[in-house]
Amino acid sequence: MNDLVPELDNFQQKIDDEQRIEPKDWMPEKYRLNLIRQMSQHAHSEVIGMQPEGNWISSAPSLYRKIVLLSKVQDEAGHGLYLYSATETLGITRAEMNARLQSGESKYASIFNYPSLTWADVGAIGWLVDGAAIVNQVSLQRTSYGPYARAMIRICKEESFHQRQGYDIMVKLAEGSPAQREMAQDAINRWWWPSLMMFGPHDSDSVNSQQSMKWKIKRQSNDELRQKFVDQTVQQCEILKLELPDPDLRWNEERQHYDFGEIDWDEFYQVIKGNGHCNRDRIKHHVKAHKEGAWVREAMTAYAGKKAQRKDAA
Amino acid sequence: MSESTLVLFEVFVRSNRGLDHQHVGSVYASDHEQALVNARDVYIRRGEGVSIWVVKTTDIVASQESDVDTFYDPMDDKAYRHAMSYPMPEGVKNI
Repeated sequence: MNDLVPELDNFQQKIDDEQRIEPKDWMPEKYRLNLIRQMSQHAHSEVIGMQPEGNWISSAPSLYRKIVLLSKVQDEAGHGLYLYSATETLGITRAEMNARLQSGESKYASIFNYPSLTWADVGAIGWLVDGAAIVNQVSLQRTSYGPYARAMIRICKEESFHQRQGYDIMVKLAEGSPAQREMAQDAINRWWWPSLMMFGPHDSDSVNSQQSMKWKIKRQSNDELRQKFVDQTVQQCEILKLELPDPDLRWNEERQHYDFGEIDWDEFYQVIKGNGHCNRDRIKHHVKAHKEGAWVREAMTAYAGKKAQRKDAA
Repeated sequence: MSESTLVLFEVFVRSNRGLDHQHVGSVYASDHEQALVNARDVYIRRGEGVSIWVVKTTDIVASQESDVDTFYDPMDDKAYRHAMSYPMPEGVKNI
């Protein structure tokens, strides 16, 4: 087939045989770069995703909700770490990834550029945003790169708690006063469409998709995953007796799927370009938190130095 | 070669692509390369693995259950960290 690069045949053969690619294996440079792009973006999303919810920790309506939310945000930090660690196996450092995030060269899920305005948003984020993330991540448990697949398996084990605590908030609000129901409905109205955008552009417009599918980095297409999310979420919303803000949403007996309206792609690309409500704030906060943590890193290095000195003296 | 010049290495084997390396035992060797060869001879003679890691035993820092009580606390008082502590409404699916 390709006599010039026998490794390439061997590499594609492994993938076709459903084998995982491991860090020391030969891989095409494009595969490596594609993974670094996708995995670091995924890691950044976990870390930046802490901000919209973190804003509500001090304002949670009860001590119980506060510890639950604290616990969830702590998990997101952990998920970021699993993913950074898996990405580092591809030969990029944590510091480089951080620098690319802060310079804007690296992206993160555009949904985290929307503000979390009310307590119901915390519920909607857990239910819808984490729900969409789970659909994507369950699929990625079978991605072709071993360390990424294993990180996904660890993450998926913890995600179910995230989605349920969010849905639980929605249930309580839906059972509450008219004002609480209205707050819940308003949160759904604002988070539904951005949640659908999380799956990325249509397959026909997705620049990275085709190669990613051939290399099995992605196992299911953006549109397939989006459909799966819509299909399972409609019933969950019916139980709440609230509505998804889409007049075109209806069951299609022939397709055995829900039809739904067109996403506002102009909004999607505007937010990716940096013109969402919170893009600048999110990065500014990340830079600030990183700078404010500098003394901790310096103290750790100084402590290690002193300990080494003491050991030499002894 | 006298035995005293040999160093102990811990051996980790990946039994199949896609799986984590797992600790299987240790070997003595004079350096990392020899440790790999020895580990192959000792631990994967019947296709038990596709990749081996060797790490000097002295480079491994291990914790013990008895070190600090709180280190391995199962956090049983933090039931809210588990999905099961959120009862779902009757009939809701895929959550």
